[in-house]
Amino acid sequence: MTHENLFILKNLSKRFVKGKETISIFDGLDMTIPKGDFLAIMGPSGSGKTTLLNLLGGVDQPTGGEVIFDGERVDSLSESQLTKWRANNIGFIFQFYNLMPMLNAERNVELPLLLTNLSSKERMQRVHTALKLVGLEDRAKHMPSEMSGGQLQRVAIARAVVSDPKLLLCDEPTGDLDRQTADEILQMLQLLNRDFGKTIVMVTHDPAAARYASRTLHLDKGQFVEKEQLMEKSA
Amino acid sequence: MSIFSQSWAVIVMNIRSLPRRLWMSLAMVLASAVVVAVLLAFLAMAKGFEVTLQSAGAKDVAFFLRTGSAAELNSSVTRDQVNLIAEAPGIARSGNSPIVSPELYVIVDGIKKSSLTEANIPLRGLDPQGVELRQNFTLVAGRMFAPGTDELIVGEGILREFNGFDLGSEVRFGKYKWKVVGVFSTGGNVFESELWADAKVIQSLYNRGSTYQSVRAKLTPDADLEAIKAYLENDPRITQEVQTEEAYFAAQGKSLSYMAIFGRVISSVMAFGALAGALNTMYTSVADRAKEIATLRAIGFSHFSAFVGTMAEALVLALIGGIVGALSAFALFDGMNASTLGGSFTQVVFSFEMSPELVLQGVYLSLIIGFVSGFFPAWRAASVPVAVAFQGGR
Ligand SMILES: Nc1ncnc2c1ncn2[C@@H]1O[C@H](COP(=O)(O)OP(=O)(O)OP(=O)(O)O)[C@@H](O)[C@H]1O
Ligand SMILES: [Mg+2]
Repeated sequence: MTHENLFILKNLSKRFVKGKETISIFDGLDMTIPKGDFLAIMGPSGSGKTTLLNLLGGVDQPTGGEVIFDGERVDSLSESQLTKWRANNIGFIFQFYNLMPMLNAERNVELPLLLTNLSSKERMQRVHTALKLVGLEDRAKHMPSEMSGGQLQRVAIARAVVSDPKLLLCDEPTGDLDRQTADEILQMLQLLNRDFGKTIVMVTHDPAAARYASRTLHLDKGQFVEKEQLMEKSA
Repeated sequence: MSIFSQSWAVIVMNIRSLPRRLWMSLAMVLASAVVVAVLLAFLAMAKGFEVTLQSAGAKDVAFFLRTGSAAELNSSVTRDQVNLIAEAPGIARSGNSPIVSPELYVIVDGIKKSSLTEANIPLRGLDPQGVELRQNFTLVAGRMFAPGTDELIVGEGILREFNGFDLGSEVRFGKYKWKVVGVFSTGGNVFESELWADAKVIQSLYNRGSTYQSVRAKLTPDADLEAIKAYLENDPRITQEVQTEEAYFAAQGKSLSYMAIFGRVISSVMAFGALAGALNTMYTSVADRAKEIATLRAIGFSHFSAFVGTMAEALVLALIGGIVGALSAFALFDGMNASTLGGSFTQVVFSFEMSPELVLQGVYLSLIIGFVSGFFPAWRAASVPVAVAFQGGR
């Protein structure tokens, strides 16, 4: 059975308990992400964008409600089940790249493959395919300290896609880059979405970045506010 | 297997990130090294002392002291008693005469080379037969003292540690002058920390009349110590008790075993200090790598790999320290000569005895330091929230 929707969130709630205080971030959030979607999530600081991304990525668990991924409930998985689930299904792209500074580009890209049973030869083949995809084949042996921000983010993208996950989760992927470099990265995400069928959820503050997505949701105080039509008219 | 490849990858990354925490890591290595070196120094000292005394005692030599005297210095045996003891069962004979050596043991002063202070040296009076009872006795230089003269021979340990005993020199103890005519070795054991001269000469110079202080007797292969004890007890004229020479020196050798205990206590206390520092180093390491740990966890690396990586780092640092400590203890102390008070308040010259087993003990200690200082930080590493990967800052 195949499912049209990669994610369905039903009546999702998330609360943080801090001492005696309880902060409610989401209370009854519903959301559907179809397969092949390129979704941008915008919203003011503190609106819960990163929290939502963490819930989607199995980095954090909801306080209540259901998370259905490709037809299966994942909200009640144990920590170690979630860890495996992340390895199999999710590629993360971070604002600050999060590369391992002591590993060169190809070793960084190889990391997710260490969780598979691939031989080291097969791993290196895949690593080089991924580096080629992001145009950094010739930088395979370079250390992170020897690369620019744009190059680092491209290595990070190669790392996110090397194990062929269904979903890419990006938190401010261009937040640390200049306009031109940001555009290159966003074009790359677009390519991954269009030509490789990756479902992408991207958190961004930048309306120009959001324009690369196929749709944008605005998060405010834990709820989606429909600005979609408005955005399209103005574009 | 993924569990190995991911753990191995994390270990490699941790080790490669060490230069970022160079000074803290070196401090941990140093702390571990010092603790291990101190432990080994004490253990080697105790071991060396024990070996020096234990190797002096022979199994087949019976050793007689006045009942209640723990050492030769405060024991005494009259000539008549010597003759009675010589008739005990199980004493070996050469031709018709029993192989016994009645001996005197007096204290003289010498100047230590290391500190230029006075220290006690035993001057032993014995007969040629007594010399033969010592295993491994060899004259390394000069000749044997002539009976009835003021000649003496000097043990190699004394020659090494004290001034003025060179072959041919004259030494003066109190009113009397002696001439050094020979240097002897007994294979490194405690007898080398003595001066030997003719028993009769010492009896007359030190006004001992015809008394001695101890008796050594060669035992026949089938001798029974219990039978000798019974013989001694049954004769009211005899006020001596018997043990094998081996047992006597083994007990004396234990007198420095408190050094080993002391060393263990000191190094345990120091190990706690080192642990505090090492824990600090490791917690810092976890904090330093928190974002990397969280990122790996987001990618799908297990708790376990984060734990193992930190644990391995702690063990490696402590173990490097342990090895450095053991090697420096080896380089500094192995074979180093020392002298200390033996059972009779005389100087016993011995050397620190480093052995593979001792080095192993040092390595174990460092692994314990590594394990304990790694465990709790590793636990923290394993529980770094994955969400940390998304937090700001490079
Ligand atoms: N672990 C946590 N414990 C307590 N409160 C938290 C935790 N994580 C997030 N919050 C709170 O939840 C709210 C939403 O945080 P979140 O990081 O999702 O915002 P955001 O939309 O990503 O903001 P920004 O644009 O600044 O990144 C904030 O008020 C934050 O303080
Ligand atoms: Mg955020």
